[in-house]
Amino acid sequence: MTTFFRPIPALEPRTEAFWRACRAGRLEFTRCVPCHHLIHPSRPICPKCRGRNLDVATVSGRARLHSYTVNHQRWYPGQEVPYVIGLVELVEQPNLRLMTNIINCPIERVQIGMPLRVVFETVSDDVALPLFEPEEQP
Amino acid sequence: MTEPLERRAIISGVGQSAIGRRLFRDDLDLTCEAALEAIADAGLKPDDIDGIAAYPGPVQGGPGFAGPGIYEVQDALGIDVHWHVSGLEGPAQISPIIHATLAVAAGLCRHALVYRTVTEASAAADTGRRGIGAGSAEIGGFGAFFIPFGAMSAANWLALYARRHMHEFGTKKEHLGIIATTARRHAAFNPKAVYREPMTMQEYLNVRMVTEPFGLYDCDAPVDGSTAVVVSSADVVRDLPHPAVRFNAVGTAMRKRPLWDQWEDITTMAARDAAAHMWSRTDLKPTDVDTAQLYDGFSFLTLAWIEALGFCKHGESGPFVENGRIALGGELPLNTWGGQLSGGRLHGFGFVAEAVRQLRGECGERQVPNCEVAVVGVGGGPVAGCLLLTR
Repeated sequence: MTTFFRPIPALEPRTEAFWRACRAGRLEFTRCVPCHHLIHPSRPICPKCRGRNLDVATVSGRARLHSYTVNHQRWYPGQEVPYVIGLVELVEQPNLRLMTNIINCPIERVQIGMPLRVVFETVSDDVALPLFEPEEQP
Repeated sequence: MTEPLERRAIISGVGQSAIGRRLFRDDLDLTCEAALEAIADAGLKPDDIDGIAAYPGPVQGGPGFAGPGIYEVQDALGIDVHWHVSGLEGPAQISPIIHATLAVAAGLCRHALVYRTVTEASAAADTGRRGIGAGSAEIGGFGAFFIPFGAMSAANWLALYARRHMHEFGTKKEHLGIIATTARRHAAFNPKAVYREPMTMQEYLNVRMVTEPFGLYDCDAPVDGSTAVVVSSADVVRDLPHPAVRFNAVGTAMRKRPLWDQWEDITTMAARDAAAHMWSRTDLKPTDVDTAQLYDGFSFLTLAWIEALGFCKHGESGPFVENGRIALGGELPLNTWGGQLSGGRLHGFGFVAEAVRQLRGECGERQVPNCEVAVVGVGGGPVAGCLLLTR
C-alpha cells in the first residue's frame, strides 16, 4: 500500500465534505439545484448559471478512462513503482474528471475509454481516496 | 486596430549568470551577476534602472525554485524604483516581462530589470529531485486532488495530455524524440548549454522511463542560473549599443477552466488561447516567423505550442516536426539554444534570451540567417504567455 507514504488530502473547508464522503463510501459532488451542474472542485457558486442555491449529489462512481500514464519515477525514497495514474471522466457529466489511480488491472490492459468503477481506499479516520478499477473484471 | 501598447516597449539588454548543474552559489549572487550583465548590455548603469520585476517572488515551491525576491535584489543592487511587481499567477513565467512592457508604456518607469533565477540543481544535490509534497503528511489546495494519487510532478500531469494527444491523433514517441534530439543538436552550438554531447534517436528511446510516454530525455534538466532582461521605453532606441528588440505583440488570454485536471481539451493547452490572442494584436502571421522559442519543460509542450501558434493544424504537430523542419537550416528553427531539455531549465527566460540574441544576430554558429521575427511561447497545461518579438 504505497499511498500511506504519500501526503494525504488535508481537510479544508471547501473540500472536507468530498473526502469525508469518500471515507463513508460515497462519491459526492456539490450540485447546483436549479441547473443540476456538478461543481468540482467545490465552489460556493455555480459557474454555469451563477446560482448560489447548491446542494450535494451522490454519483454512481462509474467513469471512463480519459487518459493515463504509467509512472516509473520514485518521487520519494522507497516509493513502489510502477503504478498507473488515470484521468477519469465520470459518466454523469462531460468533462467532470478526477485524477486517480487505476488499480486491480494489469498495466498492459489499461486502455483509454475503458469503463471503470470507483473503489475507496481508506487513508485516515476522516479520508479515503477514490481509486478506480475496471468495471468488468477479467 | 489601435497600436498595441506593448509596442512602446523594447528589450534593451539581456544578461545571464553562469549556468550549471551544481554551482552551489547563492541565488542572489547569480541574480546580481545576470542583472549587471543585462544592465551593461543595454548601455545603462544600475542607477538608470527604475523598475524591477520577477517571477515568481518569494513563494513556497520546490527546493531552489523561487529565487530571490525583488526587494532583496533591489536592496542588493542599491537601486531606487518607480515600479515593482512579482508573482506566480499570470501568463506563465514571462508575465513580469509582459507587465514591464505595460509599465514602461504607461510611464510608470523607464528601464525595468526583469529576472528569473533558479537553483534547482544544487538544491536537489543531496536528495535527488523529489515529488511535490514528498515528505509532508498532508497536502491542501489543488494538489490535494493530485499528490495523494502519486501524481507528484507536472511530468505526470502533462503525460496525461501527451498520451491523449497520441490517442486522438496518432502522435508517436518518435515525434517527442525529434523535439529532444533537435534541441540536443542545437545545444552543441551553445557554450552555456548543460548537455552538449550528441544524442541519437535510439539513445533517446532507450533511456529510462519517468512517466509514460515521457522518458528522462523528455524532461527538462534542472540547473542553477539566472537570466535578466531590461525592458525599456521605446524612445531610448537611438541610445542603445545593440539593436533594439521590439515587442510586436503579447498574448495573455486564458479561456475555459484553468485547472490541470479539468482543462476541457487536454490535447490543447492554454497556449492555444494566448497564441490566438497574440495573433489578434498584430498583422504578422505564423509564416513571418524566422525562429520559434517554445517551452519544453516536457517535450510534448513544444508540440502543443507549435499547434497553438498555428504553424500547423491541431493534431498535426507530430508529422510537422519530421524531416528537419525545426532544425537549424530548416523552415522553422526551434529552440536554437538547446531549450530547457539540453540548455537547462531556466524556466522560460532562456527562450527570451535566445530570441533577443537571434534577433540581434549574435548567435554565431547557431544563428538563424536574416532573423527578423521571433516568437516565444512559455508555459504548459493551463499556464501560458507568449511574445512576438521583432528586430
